[in-house]
Amino acid sequence: MMDTALSILIGALTAMVPLVLTSVGATVSERAGVVNIGYEGILLMTAFFGAMFAEISGSPWIGLIGGAFIGMLLGMLHGFITVYLKGDHVIPGIGVNLLALGVVAFGIPAYWGTAGQHQVPSNFRITPIIKTAYGSLSPMVFVTIVIAVLTHWVLFRTPLGLRIRSVGENPEAADALGINVERYRFLATVYGATLAGLGGAFMSVDWLGTVTKQLSAGRGFIALANMVFSGWNPLRALLGGFIFGFFDNLSVWVRTTPAIQKIVPWQFVATLPYLVTLIIVAGMIGRVRAPKADGKPYKRE
Amino acid sequence: MKVDIKGFAKPLIESLIAVIIGILVGAIILAFSGYNPVEAYSALFDGALGSKYGWAMTLSAATPIMLTALTFGLGAKTGLFNIGGEGTVYFGAIAALILTNIWGNILMGLLGGIIAGIAWMAIPALLKVFRGVNEVVSTIMLNWVAYFLALYIIIQKIPNPKDPNKTIAIPLSARFPIIIKGTELSWAFAISVIAALVAYYILWHTTIGYELRVSGYNERAARYAGINPKKTVIWSFVLGGIMSGLAGAIEMMGRPPSYAISQGMANIYGYGFDGIGVSLVGRNHPLGIIFSGIFFGMLKAGATAMQIEAGVPLEMVRVVQGIIVVTVAIPGLLDLLKRVVRK
Repeated sequence: MMDTALSILIGALTAMVPLVLTSVGATVSERAGVVNIGYEGILLMTAFFGAMFAEISGSPWIGLIGGAFIGMLLGMLHGFITVYLKGDHVIPGIGVNLLALGVVAFGIPAYWGTAGQHQVPSNFRITPIIKTAYGSLSPMVFVTIVIAVLTHWVLFRTPLGLRIRSVGENPEAADALGINVERYRFLATVYGATLAGLGGAFMSVDWLGTVTKQLSAGRGFIALANMVFSGWNPLRALLGGFIFGFFDNLSVWVRTTPAIQKIVPWQFVATLPYLVTLIIVAGMIGRVRAPKADGKPYKRE
Repeated sequence: MKVDIKGFAKPLIESLIAVIIGILVGAIILAFSGYNPVEAYSALFDGALGSKYGWAMTLSAATPIMLTALTFGLGAKTGLFNIGGEGTVYFGAIAALILTNIWGNILMGLLGGIIAGIAWMAIPALLKVFRGVNEVVSTIMLNWVAYFLALYIIIQKIPNPKDPNKTIAIPLSARFPIIIKGTELSWAFAISVIAALVAYYILWHTTIGYELRVSGYNERAARYAGINPKKTVIWSFVLGGIMSGLAGAIEMMGRPPSYAISQGMANIYGYGFDGIGVSLVGRNHPLGIIFSGIFFGMLKAGATAMQIEAGVPLEMVRVVQGIIVVTVAIPGLLDLLKRVVRK
């Protein structure tokens, strides 16, 4: 029993990584006033490109950086449309999510010649730094914690963070104070997408070691829900990410445990992370407040 | 030179530009992936439009995605981003299979699709009305819940006793008549066109349609005019649920050869996502959706020919669709292009 608990705990820390990275990135983006619902697509595409870069370069770390780079490009696309062209914040995100379905479904057979699924060879995957009998921990778990804490510190303890938050709360006032609203919003969007890209590549070159058409499996949206749960606060997003990661990992564990499969159909268990997300979001609304100018294009009068 | 483009023509031209950009960027990606873009596209267009058979396959591929597009389009016209069409299709298909196996006629199948669609869409509608849950997050989460629940029902509750890879099939008495022999085109296509016309009628010729559009255009003005936002949200989801539920039902009753759900839901998966693209390219307008539905149907139908003749994975068309949708998201595309050209 203790073994199981420990292995689920370690599994939750691992499953937390893409969720926390995306939530923290989304928090910065929304604190600056830019909503991006394209993280699902960013996670999926960067998982694909992360594995591709890792196999081309022979280094999983290049895969991670490459994933972050692709995320950055997608963030620049989103920022360009929403911040500079004053476009709707939701539609480009939907577009990126749909694009990801296409790119990965086409890319896997086109690049690896296999249909629907590619296994990343173990020598292109990141070696865990802590190995126990109950599972192993990736260095990325610690990188994620550091990123969440650092982002929190910058957002709430530095003048830079104050400026980021001001363009998301009251862009008119920020503008009047001489803050370049567009530049801060654009860079915050890019930061968010870059972190998501790191999280996506983590899934393929580290955690799951595979690329599939459904690899992101709603995690981009679960991360957005976690951001709401945290009240747009990176430290609480770290805690929330651990809780969501726990259910994510739990459902995988139960699915593969024959004794439980006999009692509860695995399909029911697989719905758990999504139901938990719905329940938590429904329960948190009204208790947390989004940045005031979140999702609203800012046009200088 | 000043080109005067009035309300209707401008979105049409912008959608066409998006389509052209999608096809061009697709060509670049094809070339980078080591394929011949000219060969690939000519196989695609020839396969989809070069023969009576191709046209029939194009229209049959357009049939379900026009309906799922109406789900998103009706939502968008009322200010909601309803992405739940995907999950609703599964339950529409399952309900049609079960009801037609009890009462073997088309009407019961359609009714099953409608009821299942309304029932499943009621969940995000109620979450939105009573808890203020953003419909983008709730419908996406519910799509995943639907996926696993549908898998369970398909495998455990309605498997085909003779073929474990399929579900029970639609009985002969509840199948739509085929329009052109030897193709997949049945009179189910008419249901989709009628649904689009009905959606158009509701939106522009009824009181509730007016209220829906006002809410979508300006929520505050709607509230000021005494329109109950809860009512419009519920109506938007109910109408959307009917459309996607029907999509699942007619896909079962009107699409040969299997008349059943195949393994892994291969023949009902993805229509909800396709519908979003169809709707956005059709500018969320029911009449626009008829044409963009046929265009996306053409891509789908031609993809098979492209795979066979040019060896390009048929998923390529999904890349083109994705690029088109991202391009559609760019506001004032036409003005932007004009500015770039002038420079």
